[in-house]
Amino acid sequence: MSDAGEGPSEQAGWRRDVFDILKAADVKHIVYVPDAGHSTAIRLATEDNTINSVVLTTEEEGIGYLAGAWLGGERGALLMQSSGVGNCINTLALQTCTRFPLLMVVTMRGDWAEFNGWQNPMGQATERALNLMGVLTWRADEPQDVAPLLRGAASMAFNGDSACALLLGQRLIGEKQWVK
Amino acid sequence: MGEVNAGGALDRREVVKTLLDGRKDLLVVTGLGSPSYDVMAAGDHDNNYYLWAAMGSAAMVGLGLATAKPDHSVLVVTGDGEMLMGMGALATIATRRPANLTIAVLDNGHFGETGMQVSHAGMGVNLDKVAQSCGFGWTREIRDMAGVEDLRTRLASRDGVKLATIKVKAENPPRVLPPRDGVHVKNRFRAALGHASI
Repeated sequence: MSDAGEGPSEQAGWRRDVFDILKAADVKHIVYVPDAGHSTAIRLATEDNTINSVVLTTEEEGIGYLAGAWLGGERGALLMQSSGVGNCINTLALQTCTRFPLLMVVTMRGDWAEFNGWQNPMGQATERALNLMGVLTWRADEPQDVAPLLRGAASMAFNGDSACALLLGQRLIGEKQWVK
Repeated sequence: MGEVNAGGALDRREVVKTLLDGRKDLLVVTGLGSPSYDVMAAGDHDNNYYLWAAMGSAAMVGLGLATAKPDHSVLVVTGDGEMLMGMGALATIATRRPANLTIAVLDNGHFGETGMQVSHAGMGVNLDKVAQSCGFGWTREIRDMAGVEDLRTRLASRDGVKLATIKVKAENPPRVLPPRDGVHVKNRFRAALGHASI
């Protein structure tokens, strides 16, 4: 594996933890709509030939995909930004009505120090919207919390046929630099 | 585009019965509404996974399943309205090129479940052309039973991702309802493939 393009924060720390925890949970499918906060996990998944990394046109595609992979006996996870949670709402019924492990990692926008106010409506509704649809949620705002919270969410998804989402707070990810 | 091209002359029940004839270990995913009833009418099977909701998801369930089970042929049977709601999935599937996945769109050019309103397909959107443009290896518009027979023989080939739009009559045959207990259907499907429940 090349270190090209990797900053010090990517070689260790929470960004790397996300991928390592998913890999340790025997995840064979990482499906995603890209977000900067997920870029390390996406890159590592793409480089890992034991993992199918699948870019989606819209986030709800990932729910159908992971339902199908589970029918075939394999585990996966869906990575997306909080705006994508809004796209998933109706499709979450598939998890509720068939019960399969649906593990989601959500990078937050409209959450803290948001420059683009158009992100705020969905960002502020993300956790409650997930809860309304029966998804169990956890929030990480400190780097050291990401690994244990994601490990716990994965455990409850795969041991409980549950829908579980870890929200990665905007304070954790850092302010987006709009003007350099 | 633009011309009215609503459905065709084929009988959807006969089409689906023919596609599933002699199915062996074929895995089948159905889109909600009439395609689920059509597959049920051809005979319930442990290798059937029926969707009752999550409109637009059938093709993606097929992709996940086909990726996890490369040694099985996977057939998605869905309608034009269901496929239109998840049309982006055709782009996603094309990037993955699952050699064992076939999507059969029963195209009656209408939203049959909700009162037969004309669909985009009925107004001239050709889903097979969309799939071809996305990069599917094999696409067809099928208007006769010989075409359906040809498609059936291709299901087992696992030589490239395929999509056919099959032009069927805009009519609703008597409903033959598959089980609505999604947990039961899921566990039955997985058990038939040797996967235990949690």
